[in-house]
Amino acid sequence: MSTPSPAPSTGTARVKRGMAEMLKGGVIMDVVTPDQAKIAEDAGAVAVMALERVPADIRVEGGVARMSDPDMVDGIIAAVSIPVMAKARIGHFVEAQVLQSLGVDYVDESEVLSPADEAHHIDKWAFTVPFVCGATNLGEAVRRISEGAAMIRSKGEAGTGNVVEATRHMRAIRAEIRRLTLLDDTELYVAAKELRAPYDVIKEIAETGKLPVVLFTAGGIATPADAAMMMQLGAEGVFVGSGIFKSGDPASRAEAIVKATTFHDDPDVIAKVSRGLGEAMVGLNVEQLSPDQRFAGRGW
Amino acid sequence: MVAPHCASPVNAPVIGVLALQGDVREHLRALADCGASARPVRRPSELDAVDGIVLPGGESTTIAKLAAAFDLLEPLRAAVRGGLPAYGSCAGMILLADRIVDAPAGQQTIGGIDMTVRRNAFGRQVDSFEGDLDFPALGEQPVHAVFIRAPWVEGAGPGVEALARIPVGEAAGRIVAVRQGALLATAFHPEMTGDPRVHELFVRIVKEATSA
Repeated sequence: MSTPSPAPSTGTARVKRGMAEMLKGGVIMDVVTPDQAKIAEDAGAVAVMALERVPADIRVEGGVARMSDPDMVDGIIAAVSIPVMAKARIGHFVEAQVLQSLGVDYVDESEVLSPADEAHHIDKWAFTVPFVCGATNLGEAVRRISEGAAMIRSKGEAGTGNVVEATRHMRAIRAEIRRLTLLDDTELYVAAKELRAPYDVIKEIAETGKLPVVLFTAGGIATPADAAMMMQLGAEGVFVGSGIFKSGDPASRAEAIVKATTFHDDPDVIAKVSRGLGEAMVGLNVEQLSPDQRFAGRGW
Repeated sequence: MVAPHCASPVNAPVIGVLALQGDVREHLRALADCGASARPVRRPSELDAVDGIVLPGGESTTIAKLAAAFDLLEPLRAAVRGGLPAYGSCAGMILLADRIVDAPAGQQTIGGIDMTVRRNAFGRQVDSFEGDLDFPALGEQPVHAVFIRAPWVEGAGPGVEALARIPVGEAAGRIVAVRQGALLATAFHPEMTGDPRVHELFVRIVKEATSA
């Protein structure tokens, strides 16, 4: 046990990572209006992600995608009692400063928005508000953790309604963690070099068999079965972006995904909640996206 | 860490952790470290098989909705009314409160402790903090407590014992740990710090209730 400090302290690693621990087993939903945020809260979301356009619309409309309007963030914070997250562009530390000053509970340094820096991610240790970052593999996850990310999510391919990339990323992260647990101390130095990640975090993962922060999944989850599959693949919770409010019956679908996430290992429950949800969002086949249309390649 | 007060596994009480959402794994581990036989509870039949129940940290609105949707809310209320020992941390404290403020309209609780709890009482996540508390029922050494978007106890009936209060700052004097009979609640998360004393206290409460 570390020596406790007598004075109360905010923004510690434990408080930031602990916030994500409390979201485990839950669903975090993208919302663009206070009304959508209420629907998400009523459906049992553990948090909402406030943004200006869902990823599917960012794909269609193009242009530079940025942090949300502060009025919109305020409106969503006022509408719900659950935590509110919001997205900042990769490397855009001033957007993150603004979101912290607005009182958002978590900042997502997100590849879904247009990157603001081609070399540097945000120094997340410098903030009181915690950060979640996307990753496609273990090396990327550990680099984000070493920059101060207090939660990791798979990147998947946002706005496609196609779970294939999230599957790839979850399997990659989990398989690389399992491999680390088999290596001896000498081999771990090489693994850290190959993963381009700090040795001390790699060693910790090898010893515990898990990331030192919570691992969620994101990017293309559109159905209760998608969410349950990600949980069975080792996700500790689920982000759903366009999949809810781009579907035929958002309230029912949101509630069904929440239930399927909790009972991810019970096919009877998943079958029951999957009935009568109306149209799922229209999906995109990832292989038909040109490289510049792929969000997961943003960040490094 | 050696935990001298831990129960022996031979007569280990069976303690469930409500596993609908939240930091279930941390509570299971903390209970197992105290010698309890710990298991997740998501169904009424699983609730029937435990000697005590822990309501974990998490999002109280989500846990309450899932409990209602999966026919656990009434069985939990009945069990707590019938004397089942229960311990709630953070969201779990909210669920054990007879009355809550700053909750969405219609948010249900299990209830049991005659107290009014304010959700998100300390503010938003940027106000979440960790610090030391005096907790005399656990001994002289203070408890290092982690508060995450935590509630506090706004008011409590005469049958409720205040076990710990915020020592300093704007919230000084606020009650953050209580006991009423076999029901225990903390606004903070002892499952996150490796200090076993709160879970040891709950395991003792469960053992007293099962041997009575």
